[in-house]
This record gives sequence, structure tokens and C-alpha cells, in this order.
Amino acid sequence: MPEVRTCSLAQMGTGQRGTVIEVAGGRGLAGRLDALGVRPGKRITKISSEIMRGPVIIQVDRTEIAVGFGMARHIVVRPD
Amino acid sequence: MGNPNVGKSVIFSRLTGVHVISSNYPGTTVGYTKGAMKLGDGEAEVVDVPGTYTLEPTCEAEEIALRMLETGDVVINVVDATNLERNLYLTLQLLERKVPMVVALNLWDDTKHRGITIDLDRLREMLGVPVVPTVAVGGEGIKPLVQSISEARSPGFPARTSEERWMAVGKIIDHVQRVSHRHHTWLERLADASIQPVTGGIIALAVLAGTFVLVRLISESFISYVLDPIFNNLWAPVVLKVSGWLGGGGLFHDIVVGTINGEEIDFVSSFGLLTSGLYVSVAMVLPYVISFYLVLGLLEDIGYLPRLAVLLDTVMHRLGLHGFAIIPTLLGFGCNVPGVLATRVLESRRERFIAATLISIAIPCASLQAMIFGLVGERGARYVVMVYGTLFVVWIVMGLILRRAVRGFTPELLIEIPPYRLPSWRSVLQKLWMRVRGFVLEAVPIILLAVLVINILYSVGVFDAIADAAAPVVTTVLGLPREAVSALVIGFLRKDVALGMMAPLGLTDHQLVIGSVVLAMFFPCIATFAVLLKELGVVNLIKATVVMLLAVLAAGGMLNLILS
Repeated sequence: MPEVRTCSLAQMGTGQRGTVIEVAGGRGLAGRLDALGVRPGKRITKISSEIMRGPVIIQVDRTEIAVGFGMARHIVVRPD
Repeated sequence: MGNPNVGKSVIFSRLTGVHVISSNYPGTTVGYTKGAMKLGDGEAEVVDVPGTYTLEPTCEAEEIALRMLETGDVVINVVDATNLERNLYLTLQLLERKVPMVVALNLWDDTKHRGITIDLDRLREMLGVPVVPTVAVGGEGIKPLVQSISEARSPGFPARTSEERWMAVGKIIDHVQRVSHRHHTWLERLADASIQPVTGGIIALAVLAGTFVLVRLISESFISYVLDPIFNNLWAPVVLKVSGWLGGGGLFHDIVVGTINGEEIDFVSSFGLLTSGLYVSVAMVLPYVISFYLVLGLLEDIGYLPRLAVLLDTVMHRLGLHGFAIIPTLLGFGCNVPGVLATRVLESRRERFIAATLISIAIPCASLQAMIFGLVGERGARYVVMVYGTLFVVWIVMGLILRRAVRGFTPELLIEIPPYRLPSWRSVLQKLWMRVRGFVLEAVPIILLAVLVINILYSVGVFDAIADAAAPVVTTVLGLPREAVSALVIGFLRKDVALGMMAPLGLTDHQLVIGSVVLAMFFPCIATFAVLLKELGVVNLIKATVVMLLAVLAAGGMLNLILS
């Protein structure tokens, strides 16, 4: 079975594209992210990461979303 | 109903007229607006529900929206045509309910700019309800939208799970939408720049400086060219007449009119209801409230605020705050009143408390700053720097302390960043009207009441007693002469006047610095006190006051030690 490389959203490189695999963390977190379109299977692009563990900005479809660093660590992504 | 940032407020403002009421859902801080529109031969009530992404309640705003849904006859689902993938999720949820609805496909013009084509007929077919394309900012599509209300239907889709719904959304998209590539517009380039750390920082500074300048400019012009003339030329003679009727003196006279010398009226120091009470609220604070809300409304509608919040989020979290808290804080520099009022936008009680307390402690309002520049500046620029520097350090330190001391949570940032959009004047002005109206009805009576109470206490001698009691502390800890105490007491009414009262006391340079810092930090002026009471409630207000007093003594005392 081939290795599937995954990392958290926080670790992804700026400008990279990837697919959301899983949103770890409580139901509340998953619910809020889900409503914004961040769901398993969704393609996203990481637009920027603020310095000093600031919020991460991603693009989902045609929307930009800022995600707090702590939350970003709970989002598992498979980069392209 | 609809997602945040889709233009619901603009559509709302197009449907309703000027008579709009903004309220809070009882027991919450979530606001909604109600208005009336013409429908057929009669009128209908329109409610602008807080934006939600889903009907599954993940936060307070969504619970409220869900409850409001039950009370409505027809739902206008405002959908962002450039973001169908996400917006249709809510639409499908609404379709599963029994409420008749129509869909307003807003931002229709933007679809052309982004190379998106939508097959309207197919969409109508698949959703089973009227779908009307609109460009709310320009007013297009509003008439057809109103007409479609009579055709609102509820196809009653079967209830689905979240997964099924997303799949259904995907299917609709496949059939209905085509996207082709196009180039970045300048607005988009600006949007990208605003959020990157370096360029974003520069833009942020420019925006903040611009805001500050603009708010001050509008307010001061309004005061100098309109309000002062009205008060001095039209109102003063009226007050003088009333003074004559009341006998020129005596307790009742002093309460209503204040202490005047029979010929001229100094609206600031006279302390009467008709004089200081009205002047402070209408001619000193209200102009700032108006100009602040105007600029804030513009920034909101353009879509800049989320970007600013993102840029500053990390810093603010160290102080127990959220990125958004920068807005109220910066506007406290014009006047603490709109600054504290603006803390309403923050989500958690803890944040609101910390932000409001920090504003009242460490942010000097414009008129006080003017006096600081004037009186302290005379002694040398470095003393002015000392004053501001101390206040900044206090802000940071108090923030760090409050972050640990105050229980509760500060939520992590999770927000959508909307693209930049040119604002609609109609919507901005309507929002402005609502907010100003709210202020006039809420804060002004409290300010008047406070002037009344202070007057009574003053004549009874309470203030002198306080001054005597506090004198020892003031002289030993703060190193100021005994007479400075009455200036501090006056600081409760107007800080600028109070600083002026310290001028003839012959203070050394260092004493003046300490005096300015203490005045800025110690007890907010009545107007701010009044809104703090409104926003925090009595218990938290007392807590905040205690914090303030301790902070003042600590800061003043330390300054005293360091400087002597």
C-alpha cells in the first residue's frame, strides 16, 4: 500500500494546494469548519501564514478563510 | 436569511425605508434589525436575521436565526452568486423546512467579473422556488424580487444528512454553474496585499491613521462650525432667560442651569443639566459618535475589518483579546464612548470586559490629548513622550494581567474574509442612522442623569469630603500637591478641564507628567462611565473600577519613584 503523505494545515507550505483529509478535534470545531466548506475531500490552497503563529489563510472554492493557528493544527491535509 | 457578507443588509435597506429598529435578541448580544416594506397594497414587516452558514446551531447567532425562522411567513434567502458552493448548503436546509421562500441571487454583477455563468432556469427548476438575480448595491432586481414574494413556495425537500446535502449541492453546481478563468482585478490585488504580513502592515497603519484623522476632522469641523455656534448663539440666550426666571442662584437653579455669572455661559464648567449636560452629550461626544460610526460603517462594508483582525490577532491574543478588538481600542483615541460601545462586536464576555477596561484605563481621548500636548508639551516634548509611553506600557501590562486574571475564553479566529467591495451609500447611511439613534436614546439620558447626580453630591459637600479623604494617598503615593485632588475629582466630568485645573498649581515637570497619566487612567469621564455601565453591567463595572483604581495607584506610584 503506497505511503500517503499528510500533514496539518499549519505545516503546509505557503501557496501549496491540497485536499482536506480529516478535521480532528471536537464536534464544535468540525461543525464550524464544515459550514464554511472545510470538509474532508475539499481542495484548498494555503494562501499565507502569518508570522509568529498567527492565523492561517486558506482558499476554499472562491472564498478566503482565516483559521486560528490552534485550529489549523487540527486540520489534516494531504498536499499535492 | 443568508451567509454573512452576502449583502443581506443592503437588500434589507433597499426593501425598507428609514424607519428601522435595531435590537438585541433578548438575553443575548446578537443583534437583528426590523423594518417595514410595502407589499402589494399593504405593509409587511421585514427582519434582517444575523448571517449564518448553517441551521445546525454551532454558535449563538445561528440559534437565534433558527428561532426567528419559525416566526416568519416568507423567507428571502440571500445567496452570494459568486459562492454558490457554500451558500446553497443553507438554501437546501431552508428548502427542507415548511416555510415558503424565494432566493435573491445577489452580487450578480460580480459573477461576470469572475467569469462565472449560472443557468438561472435550471437553478429554478432544481430548487423549486423563484430565483431572482439582484445587484443590491445598485438596486437592480429589487422590484422583481418583491414581486416574486407572492410566488414564494415551499417544495418541502426530504430531510437529509449533512453529507447528502453537500452531495446535492455538488450536483446542482455541476448542472448550473460554469467557471472560466479571468485576470485579477486591482481590487483583488489590493485585497491580497492587505493580508500579507508586510504589505498588510503598511496598509493597516495607513488605514488606522486615516481613520483617526478622518474621525477627528469630521467631528471637530462639526463642533466648530455647527454645534458651538448653535450653543453659543442660540441656546445660551435661552439658558440665560431661564436662569433669570429661576432667580439666578440657589440649589434648584444650580442643578438646572449650573453656576454661571449671569452674562456669559461656559458650557463646560457650569455643571447644569441644561448647560453641561446637554453640551457634553450633544456638542462634545455626539459628533465623535457620528463620525466614528460613519467611518466604521464604510470600513465594514468595504470588507477591510476582517483583514485587520487577522493581522493583529496574534498580538491581541497575548492580551486576552481577539484581533477584532483593535477597532474599539483605536477609536477610544477619539473618544472613549464610541470605543467602549464598539466592544459590542466582540464575541465573548471576557473579551468585552478586557477591551472595555483597557480602553477606559489606558486610552486618552482626543480632548485630553489636546490638553496634554498643550500643557505638558510646553515643558518639553520628552514629557509628552513620557506620558504616552507610560500609557502604552500600562495598556500592555494590564492586558497581560487581565488575560490571566479574567476567567472565560477568548475564541480563536475563524472568519471568512470577504473580497473587497465598493460600499453602498444607502446601506452605510442607514446603519449610521440606526447606531446614532441608539446612542441618543441610550447614552444621553444617562449622561444627563449623571450630571444631575454629580451636582447634587457636589453641593452637599461629598466631593470635598472625598478630596480630604484621598489627599494623603495623593500626596504620598503620587507625589502631587493636595490641591491636585480637586482636579482629579473634576476629571470625572471632563478630563481636559481637569488637566487645565492643574496648570496653575506650579507643578514640576515630573509632577505634571504624573498628573497627566493619573488623570488619563483614573476613573473614566461620566460619559464613558455611563456606557461602561450599559455595556458591562453593574457587577463588572465595579470590578473594572477596582482594577482602574489599583492600576492608577500602581502606575502613579511607580512613576513617582522612578522620576524622583
